[in-house]
Amino acid sequence: MSIFGEQRGSPLSGAAPAVRSEEGPDPSRGQPPVWHRGRGHPTSEGPSNGVTPGDAPAGPLVRPYTMTKGRTRPGAGGRGLDLITIVVAARDRADRPRDPELQAILTLCRRPISVAEISARLDVPLTVVKVLIGDLVAEGDVRTRAAMPVAQLPEKKVLQAVLDGIRRL
Amino acid sequence: MASADSEIRPGTQEAIPQAVKIIVAGGFGAGKTTMVASVSEITPLSTEEVMTEASQGVDDLGGVENKTTTTVALDFGRITINDDIVLYLFGTPGQDRFWFMWDELAEGALGAVVLADTRRLDTCFHAVDYFERRGVPFVVAVNRFEGSTPYEAEEVREALDVPAEVPVLMADARERESAKEVLVRLVTHVIHSRSPALSG
Repeated sequence: MSIFGEQRGSPLSGAAPAVRSEEGPDPSRGQPPVWHRGRGHPTSEGPSNGVTPGDAPAGPLVRPYTMTKGRTRPGAGGRGLDLITIVVAARDRADRPRDPELQAILTLCRRPISVAEISARLDVPLTVVKVLIGDLVAEGDVRTRAAMPVAQLPEKKVLQAVLDGIRRL
Repeated sequence: MASADSEIRPGTQEAIPQAVKIIVAGGFGAGKTTMVASVSEITPLSTEEVMTEASQGVDDLGGVENKTTTTVALDFGRITINDDIVLYLFGTPGQDRFWFMWDELAEGALGAVVLADTRRLDTCFHAVDYFERRGVPFVVAVNRFEGSTPYEAEEVREALDVPAEVPVLMADARERESAKEVLVRLVTHVIHSRSPALSG
């Protein structure tokens, strides 16, 4: 049985986000999940031009928490992951076999990338992606740099660099 | 492997850039994603946050304990400032029912842009209230729309009742230079509000 529901005939039209199937597969007896690259989630003001569509079918997708085996919160490795926590793959860990969704994240993390961007590019909800990244952190497969803590104001030199960077655009 | 680069401390591999964020807020259709697109180096992306019943008891979610599942889309763009800093621009969810996401967005944000649409000025009142209450520095950018009455920035300031120190400027969210100017004003404002003695 395919973990995906019935596929729509048309390839990515970018018109509407796929509706997630109400009739999800039973995660407990599933075959290994087939991983498709995300379709590049359209923004709320429509699909973005130039976002490379993956090979994911445009039809209903696997229920998100199937990938996390039902977990909705990251383990110890993923606590404190935030929208803009930057994640980067540990160089020496590339060849270990992993679940395809974890491998897809690692592939994206060859260059430093934020949690939000991983979620968007794989079209996997943030909560799910945080659980998966938490697993990678726990395994030592990725390193992260947290966003600034709440109470800590950005340093003046950071602000000045941001200002200069915007002016250079 | 250790690098010969003296900037990298021993024991670390390579430096991971630090991310900072700016929030772009405003009513539905005020041009938030348009503005993000004008300056972003990537085509704006959207990510979904799914809040489930498992989120119960998390402090930031006051008021939504009874919901089981809610999905919110967040649009964002990216500007690489230099090797060590990446700036993300996040649009706020346009609908009021997604207020619970604002705390996560506002946490650690450098500052915010409130995009005002003079045809529907009331739609940005709550954004102004929110950032004032949270102490997030912000500027108001009045987005020019075809067919909107040309207001002066000062009229908008008065209508929104924002204090004199908050910059209010006219903008065109579709124009890169204009969007840049808004961000420059915001970051300048943030720097000045952090060090009042220098602001003159």
